[in-house]
Amino acid sequence: MPETLIPTEFAAAPISLWRRGMNLLATLVAAGAVLLVLLPLGAIFAYLVYKGIGSINWAFLTQTPKPVGEAGGGMANAIAGSVLILAIASAIGVPIGIGAGIYLAEYGRNRLGDLIRFTADVLNGVPSIVVGIVAYGLVVLTQGHFSALAGGVALAIMMIPTVSRATEEMLLLVPNTVREAAYGLGVSRWRTTLSITLRTATSGVITGVMLAFARVAGETAPLLFTAFGNQYWNWKINQPTAALSLQVFTYAISPFDEWHRQAWAGALILILLIVLAVSAVRIAANYGTLKGAN
Amino acid sequence: MGVGIKVNKLNAWFGKTQALYDISMEAPANHATAVIGPSGCGKSTFVRCLNRMHETVPDAKATGKVQIGDIDVYNGSSAVQIRRRIGMVFQKPNPFPTMSIYDNVAAGLKLNGFHNRRRLDEIVERSLQVAALWDEVKDSLRKKSGASLSGGQQQRLCIARALAVQPEVLLMDEPCSALDPISTGKIEELIFQLKENFTIVIVTHNMQQASRVAEFTGFFLLGKLIEFDKTEKIFTTPSDKRTEDYVTGRFG
Repeated sequence: MPETLIPTEFAAAPISLWRRGMNLLATLVAAGAVLLVLLPLGAIFAYLVYKGIGSINWAFLTQTPKPVGEAGGGMANAIAGSVLILAIASAIGVPIGIGAGIYLAEYGRNRLGDLIRFTADVLNGVPSIVVGIVAYGLVVLTQGHFSALAGGVALAIMMIPTVSRATEEMLLLVPNTVREAAYGLGVSRWRTTLSITLRTATSGVITGVMLAFARVAGETAPLLFTAFGNQYWNWKINQPTAALSLQVFTYAISPFDEWHRQAWAGALILILLIVLAVSAVRIAANYGTLKGAN
Repeated sequence: MGVGIKVNKLNAWFGKTQALYDISMEAPANHATAVIGPSGCGKSTFVRCLNRMHETVPDAKATGKVQIGDIDVYNGSSAVQIRRRIGMVFQKPNPFPTMSIYDNVAAGLKLNGFHNRRRLDEIVERSLQVAALWDEVKDSLRKKSGASLSGGQQQRLCIARALAVQPEVLLMDEPCSALDPISTGKIEELIFQLKENFTIVIVTHNMQQASRVAEFTGFFLLGKLIEFDKTEKIFTTPSDKRTEDYVTGRFG
């Protein structure tokens, strides 16, 4: 028998009841935590469906609001307005956020990078109504009127820190050997960053972008004095625009039962739209993925 | 065709730590030159200085003269241009994980602005054939990711990728250290064929491998080139005591 470092009775011992019990307990605690995460979401969604589904009909999805006292009408203009404002916000916020994330990950290992990271983290913690005031000062006062653009700018400012930090973290996860492989082929640094590193990190970056998008999609406060709201259709980016979140807010604090019901329906539609947008982007992103890619 | 490599008084640093001291040697064209030595002796740093990969590490720098064919590596050329003419295969297979097998091989050309579809198809097929991988992947060129292959296949894919840009010199930094004996055998066979058209510098921990594939061998110790000679001489009648101790397994 050779001398062993590890006592053999250790390996031979049966796994005790206590250990098996602890294993079961740990598994149950983890499963319980998952339930607790899912519960609020499920509860909110179920309650929204319960309260809102009754008011969703063709008119709700195709008509503009009716004046107080008249029954019917819908939130079609607010749905369109939300789509418009979110499109503007994404068009501004996503490129800037991704660009900043690239800088932080690939070039920002220095004092300036630390400063930008700190600034982004602070910006992430700024109350959304304050961001609204900034957009009010930047866009509304300059233009002289409320607009979809002002709302979009406010939401873009809120997206930037989330998108940039997510992009940075995803790029840092790309192993350096992948960058070296590109350098070794005589590919320049900027080309490597865009075509190799960013491409390798795409799915993670998309997750970050969708998180930021979903977060601002429901924001109300930054839109109060930027997009302002509108009872009618508007497709112009320099005109006051309705948004679902604003419409829900206005209707929810009104004294009318009919408006309350419509507010529930509006909130349900808002959540469904977010789920739809996020799923559509996920599916589109997975569509081109190769077998065995990681 | 391969070109010769002349290194004169090459010094390299990581920050304040010197990694290479006054390395001078010549690797002749269309031959394989092996670089051996214990871990941390500067073998990898040495080959990474040949195509200026060394300087991609923060705070790293190198001085001295490296002449590869008609290119003066540290004088007058951009690092990016140099690397297009000097291919590199790394220790761990590093295919681009989100790209198909085809795109992995074509990457060097495509990313440098070469987009002729028909030529690309030819070059990809040819490179994969030379790397002895074509038969195994020809049916899934565009369907499978480079990362879905086995370790040995991935390394041959990386060799094909390096060959596709038609370099004159191929640097191999322990290309077989992560591979099983069968894959290693395939890659060694490949090195034999590649010598006809390329000059090869191969870093290896495996002394049998050095004696199998290389005509010339350099022995590194603590950042210095102790001895450089014909492989046979290094392994049978080395002139330096330290080389003898290393190749006979007395240390290292």
